Amino acid sequence: MAAVQETIDQVKSIDVTEYKYGFVTELEVEKPAKGLTEDTVRYISARKNEPEWMLEWRLDAFRRWKTMTEPTWSRVNYPPIDYQDLYYYAAPKKGASPKSLDEVDPAIVATYEKLGIPLREQEILAGVAPENRVAVDAVFDSVSVVTTFKEELAKAGVIFCSISEAIQEHPELVKKYLATVVPVTDNYFATLNSAVFTDGSFVYVPKGVRCPMELSTYFRINEQNTGQFERTLIIADEGAYVSYLEGCTAPKRDENQLHAAVVELIALDDAEIKYSTVQNWFPGDAEGKGGIYNFVTKRGDCRGKNSKISWTQVETGSAITWKYPSCILRGDGSRGEFYSIAVSNGMQQVDSGTKMLHLGKNTTSKIIAKGIAAGKSDSTYRGMVSAHRKATGARNFTNCDSLLIGDQCGAHTIPYIEAKTATAIFEHEATTSKIGEDQLFYCLQRGLSEEEAVALIVNGFVKEVLQQLPMEFAVEAQKLITISLEGSVG
Amino acid sequence: MVGFVPTIHVFLSNAQVVDARHRAEHDAAEHWTRTMLEIRNLVVKIADEDKQILNGLNLTVNDGEVAAIMGPNGSGKSTLSYVIAGKEDYEVLDGEILLNGENVLEMEADQRAAAGIFLAFQYPLEIPGVATMTFLKAAMNAQRKARGEDELLTPDFIKAVNSAADKLGIAKDMLRRPLNVGFSGGEKKRMEILQMALLSPSMCILDETDSGLDIDALRIVAEGVNALRAKNRSFLVITHYQRLLDHIVPDTVHVMSNGRIVKTGGKELALELEKSGYASYGEAA
Repeated sequence: MAAVQETIDQVKSIDVTEYKYGFVTELEVEKPAKGLTEDTVRYISARKNEPEWMLEWRLDAFRRWKTMTEPTWSRVNYPPIDYQDLYYYAAPKKGASPKSLDEVDPAIVATYEKLGIPLREQEILAGVAPENRVAVDAVFDSVSVVTTFKEELAKAGVIFCSISEAIQEHPELVKKYLATVVPVTDNYFATLNSAVFTDGSFVYVPKGVRCPMELSTYFRINEQNTGQFERTLIIADEGAYVSYLEGCTAPKRDENQLHAAVVELIALDDAEIKYSTVQNWFPGDAEGKGGIYNFVTKRGDCRGKNSKISWTQVETGSAITWKYPSCILRGDGSRGEFYSIAVSNGMQQVDSGTKMLHLGKNTTSKIIAKGIAAGKSDSTYRGMVSAHRKATGARNFTNCDSLLIGDQCGAHTIPYIEAKTATAIFEHEATTSKIGEDQLFYCLQRGLSEEEAVALIVNGFVKEVLQQLPMEFAVEAQKLITISLEGSVG
Repeated sequence: MVGFVPTIHVFLSNAQVVDARHRAEHDAAEHWTRTMLEIRNLVVKIADEDKQILNGLNLTVNDGEVAAIMGPNGSGKSTLSYVIAGKEDYEVLDGEILLNGENVLEMEADQRAAAGIFLAFQYPLEIPGVATMTFLKAAMNAQRKARGEDELLTPDFIKAVNSAADKLGIAKDMLRRPLNVGFSGGEKKRMEILQMALLSPSMCILDETDSGLDIDALRIVAEGVNALRAKNRSFLVITHYQRLLDHIVPDTVHVMSNGRIVKTGGKELALELEKSGYASYGEAA
């Protein structure tokens, strides 16, 4: 059929025309030899000028990792990864460990500008109301190149810096909280990350402080054959509040790149952390060549009473997404939320979801997951909701909806529900719907163009989740979803 | 059913619109015999298959005319409606379709809609996640945009929808629900007529609109259609049974068989068919 053929052609052309972040920045780069040995771990630690305890911690993780095997339970397929054929560290030579933005290689500053992320504070200040300001930590391959508004944040007592800097400047906080949510041996990729993590953000919001602006980290993988091992740690002390957003892009490359991150969130009594992700890694081309393997462990610990952690994610990129941002609801009365939009097109594979582990009394959680699959992609929601026997009065509401566009994609929902107390109330709702050629013809017959019809249906489908994102990002995310689905139907 | 057409008319003039499709109406020399739709020697097959469905079909529908097409199952009635509306599953091998003298076959389905073609589906599709109101507004604005007109003002839009919905007995809460999702057969058909009323097309095609309707629903739908009859709006009513034509009385009746119009007559032809059946128009025709 003409329409189907057109679909196929358009999907084929997607990576070429639509992934506008696919450019490469040419830089002189410092990196160790390919491969992963104890020496690689020592190299990274030395480059970061780390104290001895940190090196020992890494080496311990590395030794454990060597005894582990890669998990195979997820619904994704990829050829075996040769961990000895990767670079584990890459840093721009020029202006290594810059003291200020002036020392950063202008090519990198230009890269972020091209990505729409201004790094010069005066540029951000111009034309932006104070309440709309966003502080940015820019991570380029293995290093954080700059963190903006640090001083202004410091006035409020908020620490916002790269994790490398935090290890130097705030070792007591790092020692106290690192790996307390995601243990070193939690899973294969988390253990690997513990051994070779390079950079990421560190946030500490002290007691009773409401962080005066949005914080964000922008991850960019530039170098070829290089893994990015992000490590982020966010702590909201008693009664504190912080909203944090991460963005991700990478150049178009023929080979796959690995992004294995660990993100830990800790909310103490009455604290709240809102963590949003707009993930737009290169998804690979129509044949599934290239693209990022996004193997990520994200977990939040509602450690204190009445604390709250919410995850909001808009996932449009990556060749493979393997990611389950979760909440441990430890404190009595604590609350976990997960709002997710996962868009897959072309040959993308997504296995994503969340875990809500109810440990404390009267803990509540809410899961709203929307999966949109187009092209030949495959999308799985995998979630777990459990209540410990002491978690009396635990409540969960889960809603998983899938939207299929065309007839060559797949959507799956795999929920695990486990209640060990009779007082728990768990609800689960799920729907699957499809935009087919007949529906599109119906819309066209009413005068809508194909793009308008798809946008209308998709917007109706994701509205509930987009509302959770900070305003300025919601607009971006909506655009991103539309672009990701362009040419997805005939 | 007084006031249906006037309401729409008021609503359009409120919105300061002079509908391009209706410009001809203003010609003083307007005559009954002006042609709305002309189909010449239409030959159509199913795309990717050898099966030919329409075999040199000729049909003329004049301005303001209500033409019925009757015929046995498999005679190509639904195919004809899809081909006029621009469904992609068919391949036109020969012939032409002209709407107000313009070549329809060169237009995409959405352009045909904006040019004034409306197809009331035999089986209206469900549009999940999109509130009926949202869908209606998007469709109306898309057509206006295609014709170079301004977007509708929301108050005008709501007024028009409420008024049209009232007349068709469509409850307000239905307008907030996703379009056609979980609607009964009768509700879906009424929703088609609501869209027809709001989009104000010049060439309305009703594909087996009576199928699956009980007698009360049939009456409501037929009254909705009758209220839209106007001298600048034509109808092609496709049906297998006579009973719809008791309610929507046609000016002309065409009998279709083997992908061709084989007989044309007045409304009495429908009654004749009811008695004698389609047998005499079978294979030999």
